[in-house]
Amino acid sequence: MSARTAWSGIVRSPLGITALCLMTLVTLAAIFAPVIWGAQAELVNPAAISQGPSAAHLLGTDALGRDVLARVLVATRLSVVLAVIAVIIGVVAGTLLGTAPSVLPRWLGRPIVGFVNIAVAFPGLLLALFFAVIFGVGSTGAVLAIGFAMAPQFARLTQTLSAAIAGRDFIDAARVAGVSRFRILIRHILPNVGEPLIVNATVAAGSALLAFAGLSFLGLGVQVPEYDWGRLLGEGLNRIYLNPAAALGPAVAVVIAGLAFNLLGETAAAALGGRSGRRRHRLPAIALPGAAQPVSADDDAPVLLVDDLRVSFPTPSGWVTPVRGVSFTVSRGEAIGVVGESGSGKSLTALAAARLIERPGHVAAARLDFCGTPLLTTSDRAVRSLLGTSLAMVFQDPMTSFNPTRRIGSQLAEAASEHQDVTRKQAMDRAIERLQSVRVPAAARRARQYPHEFSGGMRQRAMIAMGLMNHPRLIIADEPTTALDVTVQRQVLQLLAGVRRDTDAAILLISHDIAVVAQTCDRVLVMYAGRIVEDLPAATLHTGARHPYTRALLEVVPELDADRSEPLKMIPGRPPAPSAFPAGCAYAARCPLATELCRETDPELVADTEGHRVACWHPVSGEAAVPVTIATSAEIVTAAEIATAAEIVTAAEIATAAEAAPTMDEEETVRR
Amino acid sequence: MASTTATQAILIRSARSDNPWVSFLVRRGGQFLLSVWVLVTAAFLMIHLVPGDPVRAALGMNAPVELVESRRIALGLDQPLLAQYLHYVGGLFTGDMGTSMITGQPVSEIIATRLPATLQLALLAVLLVLLVSIPLGVTMAVATRGGRRRGLELGFATGSVILAAIPEFLLAVGLVSVFAVSLGWFPVAGNTAPFSLVLPVVALAVGPIAVFSRIIRVEVLSVLGQDFIRTARAKRLAPRRIYTRHALPNAMTATLTLTGLLLTGMVAGTVLVENVFAWPGLGTMIVQSILTKDYSVVQGIVLVYGVAVLVVNLAIDVILALLDPRSTIREA
Repeated sequence: MSARTAWSGIVRSPLGITALCLMTLVTLAAIFAPVIWGAQAELVNPAAISQGPSAAHLLGTDALGRDVLARVLVATRLSVVLAVIAVIIGVVAGTLLGTAPSVLPRWLGRPIVGFVNIAVAFPGLLLALFFAVIFGVGSTGAVLAIGFAMAPQFARLTQTLSAAIAGRDFIDAARVAGVSRFRILIRHILPNVGEPLIVNATVAAGSALLAFAGLSFLGLGVQVPEYDWGRLLGEGLNRIYLNPAAALGPAVAVVIAGLAFNLLGETAAAALGGRSGRRRHRLPAIALPGAAQPVSADDDAPVLLVDDLRVSFPTPSGWVTPVRGVSFTVSRGEAIGVVGESGSGKSLTALAAARLIERPGHVAAARLDFCGTPLLTTSDRAVRSLLGTSLAMVFQDPMTSFNPTRRIGSQLAEAASEHQDVTRKQAMDRAIERLQSVRVPAAARRARQYPHEFSGGMRQRAMIAMGLMNHPRLIIADEPTTALDVTVQRQVLQLLAGVRRDTDAAILLISHDIAVVAQTCDRVLVMYAGRIVEDLPAATLHTGARHPYTRALLEVVPELDADRSEPLKMIPGRPPAPSAFPAGCAYAARCPLATELCRETDPELVADTEGHRVACWHPVSGEAAVPVTIATSAEIVTAAEIATAAEIVTAAEIATAAEAAPTMDEEETVRR
Repeated sequence: MASTTATQAILIRSARSDNPWVSFLVRRGGQFLLSVWVLVTAAFLMIHLVPGDPVRAALGMNAPVELVESRRIALGLDQPLLAQYLHYVGGLFTGDMGTSMITGQPVSEIIATRLPATLQLALLAVLLVLLVSIPLGVTMAVATRGGRRRGLELGFATGSVILAAIPEFLLAVGLVSVFAVSLGWFPVAGNTAPFSLVLPVVALAVGPIAVFSRIIRVEVLSVLGQDFIRTARAKRLAPRRIYTRHALPNAMTATLTLTGLLLTGMVAGTVLVENVFAWPGLGTMIVQSILTKDYSVVQGIVLVYGVAVLVVNLAIDVILALLDPRSTIREA
């Protein structure tokens, strides 16, 4: 079944078609050339010795006046056949060596594994020369030498592949059922490793061809009167002054045949690996950045002004827009929380506001101003200094967000030295001082340590300290406490609150935890399916929330004094994927108050007189309760998994869809 | 009581910080010694695995019986196998690698005269590969990240695949015919002028440059996708600084591993390229010795190549462990 997909994969790619054409050419030459040109290739002509290319002899003649082109064509058969035999020897010997340890008793198997590990470290040619000495100079010796030189590689490959298969459930099942090790190997393991083995053997045939050409060229392979490409190459090189074509002809033949095998193997491997089709979709043109003029902060403007922000990513099936029309304003010193389930677009909104969405992602907005500077229409270089000094980011996972190869201190210091006129010493002193201010003990010593030597909470505090290296007017904290344990969470939140108090910086706190946001922020934005559904003061969150979704979020927060034996509450259903947002209200499918109107028309985000914004056709008021499901703990696990899955789709898969696919393909190809 | 706990804590901490290194070095060093032993034994057995009498084969069918016999005795081939083995291994410790079966010259002397020329070729080629492929790979990664410049990416991929598919000795033949024969810019063969180095070094370097720059591109691309690069971008560092100070050091592990492979790959490369250019190095010597059945010389050169490979692998592993601040390699 998968063999068929592999073949259709080869036929579908241009590279695969090239490979097949080359392969057909080589095969035809191998079969028919000796029949057609055999006599001509042997025809000695003393009148035309070592001539250059002419109409009669396209590649000239050799030392006995024989036609070089005919000889190159005829040599195809011997060259290819010898290479294929060598690979068969290599595969058989390698498979035996590779599978023996799984059948033989341990004391015998382990030395074999060890031996293979040692042998595989030596270059193939060195092994081939070693075996060529033992088996003697000549065609047979060279075939055996190249075959055995390949064996360790194939042994290693078989070991790796069968180790992967042996770990699977059906092998365990067979073992438990009392199937013998030998039978497991024959019936279960070998059929499963066969396909990658064949693909690798195809690539290896290309290498064997080149290796054989090498040995024959050195005079260690095919001997007179027989001739293969390597032999012809050696003869041609000796008379390169008289007729360079006699050396280049066989060289080109070797390269073509080698390429045919290599490409065929590579494309088969790519097809087996499940290469996905790459399609390109176009988005409307992006507004071009204006001239590179340094911009400065406007003190009166709001710190961040976002109007109709949209973030899109290309996927194999077209563009998806996980953030669709988000508008809000952050004033000086204000703390705003953004809450929502995984995949609601809150993190992408934060990244877009910080101008950190990279291609192929696409950001569009009616306005996106930071301290009065339009971010979308100003060039990168012009806003670099403004953003570098006035905007600080704190990311979710402090483990992966620091560069593991550099010391904490220098990672902090460069934030200052990059944007301000300070010496390295001054920058480092400031880094230590900032580490102290976020209560990292022994800051001077800690600054010289690497990120892995810090605990999670300490890393996150160092990340905040990094944001304080300049003078931030806005700190965007994207789930800063999610990766931390509960006691550390509180410290980090207190630290952020303290920073805001001391520096008058505004804070945009992204979180899925409405309780965290309610404690820390002045205002709360509730996001659902790429939109803001409610925007209200944190103080009135518990009493004044009007959107059924906000109510449900508040309802499912477990109380500290809740009865542990009671099942947890949860919102039934799950948020829609960005590729399948409905026409009406995205929450309608989960909302107990939904009507036909909700399902057909998406409600606008409308503000009341007090600036409380809500997007709902049937806003709740007063003490009315919104029913939520009471779930068992098992269901909670499923719900959590679903949420995680949704997040992976939105954030990771979409963002990397265009880039990761070709990269991974290439990485696989290169490794070989 | 309190002091005992403190001492214990210190002991535990010191054990934890020392242990990975000690166990790493013991494990890796042991592996190295085991490999050397296997190599020496294989080299020793090589002469005995050759069908027939190696001395007779080396001196030819017409050589007088007395000469063959005396050479056998001189080489110690009349002794029991175990005695020969012990003598061979013992000799290696004093730098005695036996004598040529044909000329009677000490093998170590032959190797000493030939090794520098090979080393010169190999090291210059490796240097050229690193100097070209690292900047090229990083530049290509930066230029083509996030699906930018598809045309450039395709051209680079195609070009590097084709160049990588041409084995060094065929490339060498092509270079000779164009730059030495047709244009006459460089000598065709031998090591006569400083210019002589150019063609062999280029022939050795082109293929690896193609492979290397591709791998470095992929490596850098994957590093550019990491969280800490986003942090660096959030600090609004200049792009050049992001690439050189944040991305490149994280691609170092792969680069060093590749450099190891490159150095060991030079064994095969130099053997063939030396023969194209009649370069007076170990590669021409080993082929000539195989053809003349001078097995003790072959044995010695195989040993030199093999040990070189093992030493390079060991050195790379130790450097990787030293450079890795997380000590993942040492603990693995």
